[in-house]
Amino acid sequence: MNVPMILKGVGLLAVLIFPALGFSDYVLHIAISILIWGFIYTGWSIMGRFGLVSLGHGAFMGIGAYVVTMLWNHAGITPWIGIPVAVVVSGAVAIFIGFPCFRFRITGHYFALVTLALSEVVRLLIVALRDTTGGSLGVTPRSELTPEVAVSFYAMQFADKTVWFYLIVVIWLGGLLIWRAVDRSMLRYAMEAISQEDDAAASLGVHVTRAKLTVTVISAAMTAVGGAVYGQYQLYINPETTSGIAISLQIVFAVIAGGMFVQLGPTMGAVITLLLTETLRQTVGHDVYGLDVMVYGAMLVLFIIYMPRGVLGWITEVWSRRQEPRPTGTVKPQPGE
Amino acid sequence: MEFSITDPFLWETVIQGLLFGGVLALLSLGLNIIFGVIDVVWICYAELIMIGMYAIYFLYADYGVPLPLAFIAGILTVALLGAALHHFIIRPILHTEPINQLLVTGGVLFFLQGFATLVFSVEFRNLGVSFGSFAAGDMFFPISRMLAFAVSLVAVVVLWLFLKRTFLGTAIRAISQDREIMPLMGVSPQKIYLVTSALGGGLAGLGACLLVLLYDIHPAIGLTFGPITFMVCVLGGLGNMIGGFIAAFIFAEFIALGGFYAEVEWGYVMAFVFFIVMMFIRPQGIMGSKS
Repeated sequence: MNVPMILKGVGLLAVLIFPALGFSDYVLHIAISILIWGFIYTGWSIMGRFGLVSLGHGAFMGIGAYVVTMLWNHAGITPWIGIPVAVVVSGAVAIFIGFPCFRFRITGHYFALVTLALSEVVRLLIVALRDTTGGSLGVTPRSELTPEVAVSFYAMQFADKTVWFYLIVVIWLGGLLIWRAVDRSMLRYAMEAISQEDDAAASLGVHVTRAKLTVTVISAAMTAVGGAVYGQYQLYINPETTSGIAISLQIVFAVIAGGMFVQLGPTMGAVITLLLTETLRQTVGHDVYGLDVMVYGAMLVLFIIYMPRGVLGWITEVWSRRQEPRPTGTVKPQPGE
Repeated sequence: MEFSITDPFLWETVIQGLLFGGVLALLSLGLNIIFGVIDVVWICYAELIMIGMYAIYFLYADYGVPLPLAFIAGILTVALLGAALHHFIIRPILHTEPINQLLVTGGVLFFLQGFATLVFSVEFRNLGVSFGSFAAGDMFFPISRMLAFAVSLVAVVVLWLFLKRTFLGTAIRAISQDREIMPLMGVSPQKIYLVTSALGGGLAGLGACLLVLLYDIHPAIGLTFGPITFMVCVLGGLGNMIGGFIAAFIFAEFIALGGFYAEVEWGYVMAFVFFIVMMFIRPQGIMGSKS
């Protein structure tokens, strides 16, 4: 057993007994929010770590939240069916946008801007279809909960935050496992080769478009699940908080802050951003708007300039440097050189 | 709604779209030159415009500075901000992955938006200057929009002349064509980048002068105009100002006619979908050359 594994084991145990420690509902709420966002950020990093910087994940989150809520409110279809439907829809949208992008080699700035347009399209569609979706005012999933009924499994609504906590821990752990599966697969090597030089990767037999599409669909599907769960937990969604440019940028930046190249980096990003917001709100007060966003923006600028691998990326880098003293003598050739 | 070519309201909508296109064209001008020369996307470009709008508003409404002077001060403020943005934030990471430069300005976007919320509050502010409107038969057009349209036409001509006829302009164009060779010819890219950033900022400031006459100012106004401005630039072809102009009018007509036949959101949806489709068909932009 090495130190990081012990740390992970202790951490998981701490997460699992967290609700039993007798914290207030407020603390539990923060923890749940961190895990939901951590899951969504992990989903983004599955494609983001390979240089596919999407500013369109607001679209997938919006699809997840709205498909599930609309099916429940208008057709009475349970979220347990609604979530797979949302995953299929967002996967289809990801293919619809991703395939031409990857086929026509739209990368870098252009990929970011095309996906940005996608997230705005979804936000504006939600607003434009206001007769069905409630428009900018947002919508509440029809509640099955009454003072007598505290748990509605069918409606995926739970009055007790502890139930939510464990449900979301399961989803979050699922996200981490997907991250690890991708990390240890051939897909990772294919994607790393592509992000270095896609022509060279193609000449070695890597199916460039298929590899990119696979990570994009996995990422979009996870984000849709995250959006759906977010809607179910908050019991209120609106186009601004689930889709559009603001939420897309929030996703990208939290991942950068945490570190997108390590498994727990995106979760760390969620911890940093949510704790920052909450701490500022607690210390400065409720009446001061904008300070959290301002500090957050300044932090991002500093992160990108001075710590581009994120907090956790930096910590692990320092740690592994201490573990293995610099190799002397032969210098290994790096890929791509 | 019935379609009729003689419907004065339809014509009013088309011309309103044309006028709005002029505003969009002006907004995209500064971003376009930065995009074309430095190859950086300032995601926070519309937030710079917002800061310019606040500067003009406070100088005029709170300190009683005459409007033309307030406009000049606004343009200079944003030009300075643009130069500072380049010098302190873009330059240190100019040699890292290009996407980092786009993302770092996203941090600036949040910073400026948070700053505006904190200092100026979320209140909607209006300059309260009206120029009345111009009537042509059954159609009415606000003079301020016509002014915006005229200013943007003049601005693009002046900018074009500057780039074609002056030494500095030629150096800017040369850098955008080949950034490896030009240093050997005695042109300092860093200096040109700084000048271009100030110029781009100044154009954003000019955009602020016109927007402040047309719209209420609030901290989230950047999110309304930001995405569409990037798309105008990309659709027009990287750094291609004529293309950007045409793209601005296409987008504006989509939005105006969408608003006429359905709701304005549908116009935006159609414009963005059009953008996505065009990126697949002509990724180099409508006027861009294949490279």
